[in-house]
Amino acid sequence: MLKINNLHARVEDKEILKGINLEVKPGEVHAIMGPNGSGKSTLASVIAGKENFEVTEGSVELEGEDLEDVAPEERAHKGVFLSFQYPVEIPGVSVTNFMKTAINESRKARGLEEMPAKEMLKLIREKSELLEIDRKFLSRSLNEGFSGGEKKRNEIFQMAMLEPKVAILDETDSGLDIDALRIVANGVNKLKSKDNAVVVITHYQRLLDYIVPDYVHVLHNGKIIKSGTKELALELEEKGYDWLKN
Amino acid sequence: MELKDKLVSSFMAFENTVDLDSPIHEIRSEAIKNFENKGFPTKKDEAWKYTSLNSLRKIDFSIFPKADNAIEYKDVKKYFLHEIDTYKIVFIDGIYSSFLSETTHDGVDVCLMSSALTKPMYKQIIELYFNKVASKDESLTSLNTAFSREGAYIYIPKGKMPKKPIEIINFATGNEASLMIQPRNLVIAEENAELQIIERHQSLTSNAVLTNSVTEIFAAKDAIVDYYKVQNDNADASLIDNTYIDQKGNSAVKVHTFSFGGKLIRNNLNFFQNGEHIDSTMKGVTILGEKQHVDHHTLVHHIEPNCESHQDYKGIYGEKSTGVFNGKIIVEKLAQKTNAFQQNNNILISDKASINTKPQLEIFADDVKCSHGCTIGQLDEDALFYLQSRGIPKKEARALLMYAFANNVLESVRIPELKTRINKLIAKKLGVNLGFDL
Ligand SMILES: Nc1ncnc2c1ncn2[C@@H]1O[C@H](COP(=O)(O)OP(=O)(O)OP(=O)(O)O)[C@@H](O)[C@H]1O
Ligand SMILES: [Mg+2]
Repeated sequence: MLKINNLHARVEDKEILKGINLEVKPGEVHAIMGPNGSGKSTLASVIAGKENFEVTEGSVELEGEDLEDVAPEERAHKGVFLSFQYPVEIPGVSVTNFMKTAINESRKARGLEEMPAKEMLKLIREKSELLEIDRKFLSRSLNEGFSGGEKKRNEIFQMAMLEPKVAILDETDSGLDIDALRIVANGVNKLKSKDNAVVVITHYQRLLDYIVPDYVHVLHNGKIIKSGTKELALELEEKGYDWLKN
Repeated sequence: MELKDKLVSSFMAFENTVDLDSPIHEIRSEAIKNFENKGFPTKKDEAWKYTSLNSLRKIDFSIFPKADNAIEYKDVKKYFLHEIDTYKIVFIDGIYSSFLSETTHDGVDVCLMSSALTKPMYKQIIELYFNKVASKDESLTSLNTAFSREGAYIYIPKGKMPKKPIEIINFATGNEASLMIQPRNLVIAEENAELQIIERHQSLTSNAVLTNSVTEIFAAKDAIVDYYKVQNDNADASLIDNTYIDQKGNSAVKVHTFSFGGKLIRNNLNFFQNGEHIDSTMKGVTILGEKQHVDHHTLVHHIEPNCESHQDYKGIYGEKSTGVFNGKIIVEKLAQKTNAFQQNNNILISDKASINTKPQLEIFADDVKCSHGCTIGQLDEDALFYLQSRGIPKKEARALLMYAFANNVLESVRIPELKTRINKLIAKKLGVNLGFDL
């Protein structure tokens, strides 16, 4: 489904990704762990198509299609979703209006009519209930003044609305309290199917108790230096990264 | 002939057409003298450094329009806030149109300056208020004063509130190759009165129009005045707006200025706080393109203690448009515990667009809270990527961000239908399909 081949990327003159290989098949959950600054968020941004990272070598493929030169919005239309480590505040656009715009733009790109207002409302209600989001929240400006945890929950609400094929969750667990973590993880699990895939970037084993990965990868200095099953995460929790670095 | 000379020499002819016994005969004569002395402001005047009237001064404007230029309601309906019922004071080429207007004398006066200036029953009020807050020094205001004959006259007695908002609309038909109009409005809200006014200038053709408008607003104790200026005129129409507001204790006056179109717009907006616990609010959204020019000059004169002023102007400048924001705040020594806020944020979306923004604070009291900030920026790249990553194309994402940037100024608009209208205008101006209804 998502295939990353020998991916190198840099920003300005700094090479950040130094040859990443990763294949994610439908139905799978992959976890990416690794020290601060190792390139996890960069990888996520490159997959989502952020333009200020330059891909110098290698490729990202979605369902066999090379995503080079595919704009971020088109990637979204094709089913890529990124839950941001730091969601951006957009004053003046309510969560609801933002979601309506996003959904209708995707539909337009797929040659569909705009979603009827009633259906939209129903969808919003359903998904906000799934993530236990208060309705009042939805009329607030997107992420503006949201607490750290609220932002993350809102990211997963957006994921639920957009139903992507490949979702990359960049430290979605950080900032969530224990109950919220359970609600959010539960939401992700409900959205999971044999046809889609999830890549979770995290520092903590705790999230992986809820969203159980099929594979765990360690990213260090722009490369995947170790891959394993969910037991690897437990080992990392215990031993840290030093034993892998050399 | 230069426009100045033409105006000065036309003054006699003008005076002959109006009642020489009028209480304002003296005022007019003084005013024309001041204009004759000072002439049009030039770039040498500090206050006009960035706005040049040179090209306008070369146009041979007609000063006295021909009467009876009828227009049909259906052709101009869209310029009215027709979604709701309003009082309307409508002028066509500077001449009152009874056909398009809807005035009232039912408890409040929503009518014409020309009647107020000539009918004995208004004499006392005219003597009390006319030209009392407008500058006697500023040459363009004087020019208007000299030629003042027509405009809106609104008088709201103590504790009253008109049943509906009042629209003041000036149409220019283009029957003259080029026309100069000088509307003169007087708005008086007595103690505890409340009213809402929407003002608009609209040229219907591409013939040149120059409007030099003066509006005096008096808000007595506890009065509430909401004034909305919709400036979305076409590319050959220019506007010099001079608005003077006198506020007494506990009154609240809000002026919203929406500048979306026109060749040159100069807004001189002046607040004088003569009482305590006054609130003066100025909000502006400016969205320009082509070679349009807008110059916002605001003044708040804090004279007495415990008052507030709030200014929030947002600008989006594209193509070769230019903008000016000059916000002057004077806090007198007596005016302790003043809260004065001023914010001017701008986005330039073209390399060729420019904005000059300058706060001008003169503070003589020591216990005051004053804040001001101006920003000039581009759109936030991270925000853009965030929207795109959710499937919103770059062009729409840009427009949505600009829309959001401008739109929060509208929170204080208290006529929902007007808010929707302005929302839609902003969306249209920015070429954004919002994907949701407003
Ligand atoms: N726009 C940029 N300009 C310069 N350096 C950048 C830029 N973006 C990322 N980097 C650098 O690239 C490296 C990888 O950053 P990245 O955000 O991908 O790390 P991460 O693995 O997500 O870290 P964390 O666990 O702290 O979130 C860091 O050293 C960071 O400083
Ligand atoms: Mg990161």
